[in-house]
Amino acid sequence: MSLQQTEERIRELDKRISHTEDEDRLNELKKEKKRLLSEAYGNISSFDRVYLARKSTRPCVRDYIYRIFTDFIELHGDRLMRDDPAIIGGIAKLDEIPVTIIGHCKGKSINENLKFNFGMPNPEGYRKALRLMKQAEKFKRPIITFIDTPGAYPGLESEMHGQGEAIARNLMEMGSLKVPIIAIVIGEGGSGGALALSVADRIWMLENAVYSILSPEGFASILWKDASRAREAAELMKLTAYDLYERGIVDRLFGEPVGGLDEKSRSIYVRIKNALHSELAILSRQNPRTLVELRYKKYRSIGDCSAK
Amino acid sequence: MISLFKQRRQMLTRIKPARQRTQKSPVCVPKGIYTRCPDCKQDFLSDQIAAGLYVCPGCDYHMKLTAQGRIKLVVDKGSFHELNGRLQTTECLDFPGYSEKLSSLQAATGLNDAVLTGVCTIEGQKTVIAVMDSRFLMGSMGSVVGEKVTRAVEYATKKRLPIVIFTASGGARMQEGIVSLMQMAKTSNALSRHHKAGLLYISCLTHPTTGGVTASFASLGDIILSEPRALIGFAGPRVIEQTIRQKLPEGFQRAEFLLEHGFIDKIIKRSELRSTLGTLLKLHAPAARTRGGG
Repeated sequence: MSLQQTEERIRELDKRISHTEDEDRLNELKKEKKRLLSEAYGNISSFDRVYLARKSTRPCVRDYIYRIFTDFIELHGDRLMRDDPAIIGGIAKLDEIPVTIIGHCKGKSINENLKFNFGMPNPEGYRKALRLMKQAEKFKRPIITFIDTPGAYPGLESEMHGQGEAIARNLMEMGSLKVPIIAIVIGEGGSGGALALSVADRIWMLENAVYSILSPEGFASILWKDASRAREAAELMKLTAYDLYERGIVDRLFGEPVGGLDEKSRSIYVRIKNALHSELAILSRQNPRTLVELRYKKYRSIGDCSAK
Repeated sequence: MISLFKQRRQMLTRIKPARQRTQKSPVCVPKGIYTRCPDCKQDFLSDQIAAGLYVCPGCDYHMKLTAQGRIKLVVDKGSFHELNGRLQTTECLDFPGYSEKLSSLQAATGLNDAVLTGVCTIEGQKTVIAVMDSRFLMGSMGSVVGEKVTRAVEYATKKRLPIVIFTASGGARMQEGIVSLMQMAKTSNALSRHHKAGLLYISCLTHPTTGGVTASFASLGDIILSEPRALIGFAGPRVIEQTIRQKLPEGFQRAEFLLEHGFIDKIIKRSELRSTLGTLLKLHAPAARTRGGG
């Protein structure tokens, strides 16, 4: 049974629990719920994590911005074409430290999602992000990015306006920015769309976030011409936070409560804030040339074909 | 009836040796006495096609070239020296059937992966060169392609040489997962250093160049050239059609479309490729720049 199905059954049980008055029956139902919970979350599959990473009740970039930072001022536009709502960016304070924040914007309702294009940026979004990163470099502000996107938007206009060029430019420029960059994958890290904001000194990931070369559905449909085999693909793809940590791509994991993060989660913001403080203290002490050199080496060593 | 079978046998004996020659052919379409243009579907004598640099005499379609064929076409005779021709991946070999696929492709193409890299001269100008080959898993970029391109760029930076990269790729290689994705960052960062060293990078896009390669080194050339009608894009046309639920306009994502929208500098016919590269390299040669008052 998939996590999604189990969750439905738990919701059903909850309903029955609230309508039951008989003590014995109530205990029985509660026991059943406990069993289901431990069964479902004790043995969580990669595809279950994909499901959790995409859940609409999961905190989005705006939650992190407003709960970790103060004085956030959003800045808009790429100065070339338009403002892409799928990417949010601006300046804020991490306690007393001014920082630049950039992230993919997902919505929590269908209307919000239509507005933010489900977190799928167009070239203008990447160009806005690059403009804000260059600005951060000018004013020596560290950059914090929040990754949460199914991928770059595969549309007619996005191709016409140079989606490939925009992503490539970001990869190239981020590699040599002279300020610390920390990228945090909070939900879906989809393909080039995620990478274009995550060439960083540190890559962190939440326990139920995923980061992959493309969606499991896309992977299955290219490989087996059958998108319904996404579950199988997810296992093969090694896309969970644990897989990536083990592979040395991700530097730090943040645990999540049973069932994943939701609107009630609080501790995650405190933990991320503390981690940002301690890591920025380390990164800010480095001279900019060393910082860029170490970032180069970080990516240089991935897949360098040397014997392990 | 019997004569018909005889005829068939005769035909087969004629075709078979031609098929066996296929591997050495510098073009990606199977070679017989006749070659069919993949675009206009007309048949032409193979020798005629070869003499015409594998450009269709009927419709000017530029057929896909193998990496070796491309090298032969653009570099000065005997000047090519390969770099890192034996590199092997150490990534994700637990992907079902991937190792076997690599071995059989290596045997079939004579390449260790989807890119051939080295140093050469083009019209007397020394340059580093990398040529992708779409026969090798759609020219997809895994760790070996990423590493070879990165090493080629780093070599060029160290030796203060220009680099010319011919792209032909379906994007990042799925079998190596996230490591493939990271090659986009790795190659782009290497190019950033080459760029900052004041050196020339010419990117030559050939059919097809899509996905992770378009979204990394292919788009970062100081000068970006393309062969006529090459398909160039980030997302594949089928994915876009499914997303927007309408048919794409004629010529969408073709070289001519990109030229019109400002993403490439020039479309170069295959017959003019070598001379154009030669001219561009000469224009950026250190001596030329010094004379220019640098």
